[in-house]
Amino acid sequence: MSEAAIALNRFGLGARPDQASPDDPRRWLTAQIDRYRPASAPIAAAPTSAAVSLDLVAYQAEQRNIRQTMGPRQSAQASAMASGANAAPVMADSPAPGPVQPQAMAPGRSPEMPLAMPAVRDARMAARQEARRAAQDRYVALVGARTNAALITDTPFAERLVHFWSNHFAVSADKLELVGLAGTLEMEAIRPHVMGRFADMLFAVERHPAMLLYLDQAVSVGPDSPLGIRIAGRGRRKVGLNENLAREIMELHTLGVRTGYTQADVTEFARAMTGWTVGGIGGGPGARLAGQATPGSFVFAAAIHQPGARTIVGKSYPEGGEAQAQAVLANLAVHPATAHHIATKLARHFAADTPPPAMVARLEQAFLSSGGDLPTVYRALIASPEAWTPAPAKFRTPWEWTIAAYRALGTSEVRPQTMLGLMNQLGQPVWKPGQPIGYDDTAPSWAGPDAIMRRVEAAERFAARSGATVDARALAPRLFPAAVSPATTQALSRAESPAQALALLLISPEMMRR
Amino acid sequence: MDRRAFLTAGLLGTFAPRIAFARAATAKRFVFVIQRGAADGLGTIGAVGDPAFIGARGDLAADLAAGTKLDAMFALHPAMTSAAALYGKGQALFAHAIASPYRDRSHFDGQNVLETGGTGAYQLKDGWMNRLLGVVPTDDARAIAIAATVPMALRGQREVASYAPSSLPDASDDLLARVTQLYAGDQQLHALWGEALATRQLTSDLSQDNGRNAAATGALAARLLAPANGARIAMIETGGWDTHAGQRGRLAAQLKGLDAMIAALQAGLGPVWDDTLVLVATEFGRTVAVNGTGGTDHGTGTAAMLFGGGVKGGRVVADWPGLATANLYDARDLKPTTPLDAFIGGAVADHFGVDPARAMAALFPASARTAAIEGLLRT
Repeated sequence: MSEAAIALNRFGLGARPDQASPDDPRRWLTAQIDRYRPASAPIAAAPTSAAVSLDLVAYQAEQRNIRQTMGPRQSAQASAMASGANAAPVMADSPAPGPVQPQAMAPGRSPEMPLAMPAVRDARMAARQEARRAAQDRYVALVGARTNAALITDTPFAERLVHFWSNHFAVSADKLELVGLAGTLEMEAIRPHVMGRFADMLFAVERHPAMLLYLDQAVSVGPDSPLGIRIAGRGRRKVGLNENLAREIMELHTLGVRTGYTQADVTEFARAMTGWTVGGIGGGPGARLAGQATPGSFVFAAAIHQPGARTIVGKSYPEGGEAQAQAVLANLAVHPATAHHIATKLARHFAADTPPPAMVARLEQAFLSSGGDLPTVYRALIASPEAWTPAPAKFRTPWEWTIAAYRALGTSEVRPQTMLGLMNQLGQPVWKPGQPIGYDDTAPSWAGPDAIMRRVEAAERFAARSGATVDARALAPRLFPAAVSPATTQALSRAESPAQALALLLISPEMMRR
Repeated sequence: MDRRAFLTAGLLGTFAPRIAFARAATAKRFVFVIQRGAADGLGTIGAVGDPAFIGARGDLAADLAAGTKLDAMFALHPAMTSAAALYGKGQALFAHAIASPYRDRSHFDGQNVLETGGTGAYQLKDGWMNRLLGVVPTDDARAIAIAATVPMALRGQREVASYAPSSLPDASDDLLARVTQLYAGDQQLHALWGEALATRQLTSDLSQDNGRNAAATGALAARLLAPANGARIAMIETGGWDTHAGQRGRLAAQLKGLDAMIAALQAGLGPVWDDTLVLVATEFGRTVAVNGTGGTDHGTGTAAMLFGGGVKGGRVVADWPGLATANLYDARDLKPTTPLDAFIGGAVADHFGVDPARAMAALFPASARTAAIEGLLRT
């Protein structure tokens, strides 16, 4: 590959025919660090965590309403009842079965009468379905915003970094609360800090409602906190520490797995984190304590914070409420293990599945010497010869391939639903890695026979829509300046139609890798 | 995404409303079936009476020996049974040693000439079928492309709808074959692709789908054209004609599909078939001699076909140049002796009752001084 082709494809998101090719590839990349704007038009118009949280508040209110109208005991029984099929048709045609209907349906019956139970269950299910639909709409809009931002951006290297960090701080849109929220983490916590300090990004991410809910931090209660003691005294319900977020921060977000911290460090950190919760939608006592806080906003609930000084990874932290965990994060953010972990992942993303040690060391040094200043690290990345090896270094993930294909076609906007369908079909649904480690960043995860066949099918479909207007023979050298192989050139010139040539270009070896 | 849902959305979203408003003053229907990839005219309609045919064609001649005798010189490929029946009824006419004005060997450029109606590639910016809409005696003639997008031949001033049939295979066999070649030198992709194809072979019978899809496309076109307020002009794109290797089996399958498509179109149109003209044409022909891989390479002269109730058929129109080496174009191709432009211009003018000179001027402005071939239809 030529250096221009490397800059466009390995560092960028693939060329657009309507954007100029870089004359000076390194300067083109460096300049993007300053040119980058966090909120392009599609991003600015995307749903916010505040809006998604209001949806969730409305849903919770409706569930409460149903519970109160029917009585909690009964609704619990109703939920437990496996077969509601007999009575279900009664409600089936009601567009919005509300809590009033069961009473109207059964005047004079006592609340314990069995007939009402399936109705309760149906009402709750209907509310849940409605909430899921609303969340899905938000999710789709966010996927559309991310896609269209990637299609039109003139700072594709910066945009690639957004995708990188979004996957580093992965949340998965699986449970209801996360369907709508997952994408807002990228918009609100990643994008504003991608050209800033790692510590700032880390703070923003760990305080974002998507992360606090995804890794269960919002329900963690310090056993010796005022509320923890009170609840334990009543002896009714078991509440306590949840270590999930604390563990993943150390294992995935900062230090990296097996880098010297112990289980005691994790537990201590989890204790320090108690009180970090979400207004309105968090569930557990934390949400109630958040009181009048804006739904979805970060809240420190002192009443569930585990008091006391902590020692974490060799450092002591005096009692300090919300600031205690913040101080831990500040130290983790600049820890040498974190520098090594981030350097390794960046080198893997840009240079090779097996990260070159010299490059990792260089990035690590840049990270440490700058105190985690990300532009300094990116400059070291651009300056690394290992990232400029002429042979293609990385197999494109489905997301990368699809964005590159759309950009190659000069597409500026796609229907969010179309993108959603494509990403499901190609095996990488957006913000749904299913685990906090995010999507894998190496070829074996993506270069499979079925995956290739699906890309071929998708390429033929892309080409059927654009083939008559695009000359793949002329497009190829624009996508890969001075880097189109003779085999690809020959295949394109021999193709039986313009559409077929375009399909072949979209699945050419040049296009499959970067 | 589910391909079927994708295409259905296209149908409901764009096509259905348009056809509801379509009104047409003419009863005549015209369908252009383009064979993309340079269909082998000699393999479709063999010059079995030419002394050089068997020598040049070797194995490929064997199929034609079993085909329907059309006259003393020509035989139709045996896969085209419905076409043979139409020929017997006088509703199929074939033209041979025919070519567009294009004389080079690029599919892209050749198709551009065939579709725009120019004499050189990219000379004209709109297609002859779109210009035809301005010539036919109706203010409201509607055209439709049976394709995902509007092909060049139908592009231009007049609005044209497009609709892709949902029965198209997910990835065409021809594309799969080319991907195999494209990945041949790539260690990683070559191995993965081999596995992908093997899996596919296990899970679907490709040959079985071949003719069925083509028939479905023909039936679909009939549904779009048959209604009194339906489309009047349609274009169907077919691919897979670029037979550089293993031509014998591939061409037979292709022709079987084409034959099934014509038969389904006729059946679907019912009595409207009498008012229908179907033209089948390709961008250029293929070499007379068979190459080293059982196929043929890009050539010049080829065959074209007309079907329909009004065709003055049962004959092959050809000023036969002969297949002796000395008679070949560039010493390798069937020499074109009949201009495709004149053939199309004449047939369309007759069909719609337009003055042939006027049709030629509108459809093929650069070939306008070439007289349209008259008498192709019973008028």
